[in-house]
Formats: sequence, structure tokens, C-alpha cells
Amino acid sequence: MNRVSDDTSGAGRVDDKSVEVFLGRLLRWGVLLAALVVFIGGVWFVAESYEVPQNYRTFRGEPVELRAVPQIVHQAIALRPLGLIQFGLLLLIATPVARVLFSVLGFALERDWMYVVITVLVFALLIYTLTSRSGI
Amino acid sequence: MVTLGSFLAGMLGSLTGLGGGVVIVPLLTLVFGVDIRYAIGASLVSVIATSSGAAAAYLREGYSNMRVGMFLEIATTVGAVSGAFLAGYLHTSIIAIVFGVVLLYSAYTTTLKQVDVAAGTAPDRIATTLRLDGSYPTDDGPKSYHVRNVPLGFGLMYVAGVLSGLLGIGSGAVKVLAMDQAMKIPFKVSTTTSNFMIGVTAAASAGIYLRRGYIDPGLAMPVMLGVLAGALVGAKILPEAKVRTLRIVFGVVIAALAIEMIFQGVRGKL
Repeated sequence: MNRVSDDTSGAGRVDDKSVEVFLGRLLRWGVLLAALVVFIGGVWFVAESYEVPQNYRTFRGEPVELRAVPQIVHQAIALRPLGLIQFGLLLLIATPVARVLFSVLGFALERDWMYVVITVLVFALLIYTLTSRSGI
Repeated sequence: MVTLGSFLAGMLGSLTGLGGGVVIVPLLTLVFGVDIRYAIGASLVSVIATSSGAAAAYLREGYSNMRVGMFLEIATTVGAVSGAFLAGYLHTSIIAIVFGVVLLYSAYTTTLKQVDVAAGTAPDRIATTLRLDGSYPTDDGPKSYHVRNVPLGFGLMYVAGVLSGLLGIGSGAVKVLAMDQAMKIPFKVSTTTSNFMIGVTAAASAGIYLRRGYIDPGLAMPVMLGVLAGALVGAKILPEAKVRTLRIVFGVVIAALAIEMIFQGVRGKL
């Protein structure tokens, strides 16, 4: 991007640009992995339930085991099709979160402490939304 | 059917630069009769998929400004949390009406020409303190710019976040408005930075929607895969596409959907 870090005091030549290229790759692989998991779960789900019509007209809300991170992981490990899809969606939600986390490291390597704090704030908020008890 | 519709939405979204999210919710609610809360949950997921999927291409070009993005993300994520919170308490017909109004605005922006606003020339005190100024590559070498009106841009970003969390859209139009018009950031920089922010903002609201049980795997699965495939194909054929015509057609479609959303919302049918 813009500022090439002129810091040569041991952290090496880290600048915004190389951090961004790395992040771009990370995101693409994350999305592809998430799509793959969702796809596998989806094929399985359709194969198992094509006779059962799905009803999305009336809102019921998802059952507890498809709502919270630990339960979703549990359902995916148990190889339940819906659990697998939901786990794939969770991976997808995690890609921008991972990007923010790696940006913290990137700013830290550049020794830009103001932006380390800003990025940690954003990261903390994202983690809070995923873990808060009632979904606020 | 839902997969095919989502595929078309993703393709049109990437061709016109509007993102698939704005059509997913009306498509699911008006055409497939899905409850708007499920529709918003599925749409949020597809917004993240397109944002993260496109990031690799955008980041390589070196236009985006990470500091501007990260700083404004404080506003958009807090906004997204407020929006998602509101979504739990507002009646679905009110959400439908707000959605329709935002959709009308998006339709209007598609008909506008993309003109680069005069880049900020004088340094701004707040922007300097926050080290927001940057430069971007042009044919004549790197060109630097100054960021202006930080408080106004920050406020508009909060609004963009609220809309994103309430309606399950990327709010790309409002984000670009804040960065282009208010903060005087060059167009290329604001669109690519906005793409990055859209994913993070949507992740903040998606977390809450997931915890609330608004994200249904059976519905989100075809939507996510469809939009993602559509966006990939759209990016491939973009160089040969007649984008100007497409934007106008898409604008008309969105306006029609918007009026239908408002109408159904007023009748209390959504």
C-alpha cells in the first residue's frame, strides 16, 4: 500500500503491501475451504432430506445446537449434515475475523502501536458478537 | 431454484459493483416467500463470501488503505452490532420498509456516473494524527492524497454499519459515499477499502444472527454457494461486459423490488 516501513532495527522489511498480499491469499483459501465444507454438508443434507419439504415461511429460529460455536463444532465432528454446513458457515464468518487478527500482527511488526490498539478493539468486538450468551 | 437465483444475483452484483446482498433479501422474501429474518441471515453469509473472495484480487493491486479501513471499522462494527440488536426488536414489516427505501437509494446510485471527486489537497489535523493519508499507484507513479472530514466519515460509517446489521446487506453504497464524498478519498481507494470493510462488518452482525438462530443452514447453503459461484463468473466476464447497460437494467430491477418491498411491508405481509 502506501508507507514502506523504514524500520530496519530487527523486525525485518515488513510493509503494508506484503502483509496485504498474504492476507488476500489467506482469505481466498479460507473462503474456498468454507465453501467446500458447506458443499459437502449440502450434498449430504439434500440426499438425506429431499423428501422432507423445508419450510422457511414461518420463522421458528434454529435449535440450540446450531447456534453456538461449541455446539456447532460438536455437531460437525459428529458428522451431522446440518452441523457440517453450519461449521462451513462458521469458517466463512471466521475469514474476516482472521484478517483482522493478522492485521494486529502486521501493525505490531511495523511497530504502529496506535493501530495495534485500534485493530485489537475491532477484533475484540467481533469475538464478543460470536460468544455473547444471548446474541445480545 | 434458490441456488440459480443466488448465482444470478452474485453475477449481477459483481458486474455492477453493488454486491449480491441487495438482491438476495428481496429475492428470497418476495419470490420464494422466505421469512425476512432467515433471508437476512442467509444474505449476510453471502456478503462475507463475496467480500473475502474478492479481497485477494483487490489487495494485490495495492489500492486499499488498511489504516483508513481499520479505523473506520470501529464505527461500522459498532454500528453493525446496534443494527443487529434493532433487528431483534423491530417488526418485520418495518424492516421491509427500511429495506425498500435503502434499495431505492442503491438503485439511484447505480445510474450515477463514477466521477473521481477532487482529492483532498490540504492535510487535515485529525487525519494526520491518525496517519490516514496515503498514496496509490497510477500510470505516472504513486500519487498521494489527504483524507478530510474524518468525524463526518466516521459518523456515516456508523450508519452504514447499522444498515448492514439491520438489513443483512454490505452497505457498499453508503460506505463509498462516506469515503468518496465526505472524506475525499480517491474512488479506486474507497471501493477497494470498502470491499475489505464489508466483510468485517458483515461478520460482526453474522455472529449475532447466528447466536439468535437466524442463520439456517438449509437456506444459507444454496445462497452462499450460488452467490459465490456467480461472483466468480461475474469477475471473469467483467472485462467484456457492457457494464453501463447492465447497471441501468439492474437499477430498474432493484427499484421495482424496492417498491414491492415497501408495498408488502405497508400491507404487513412480510
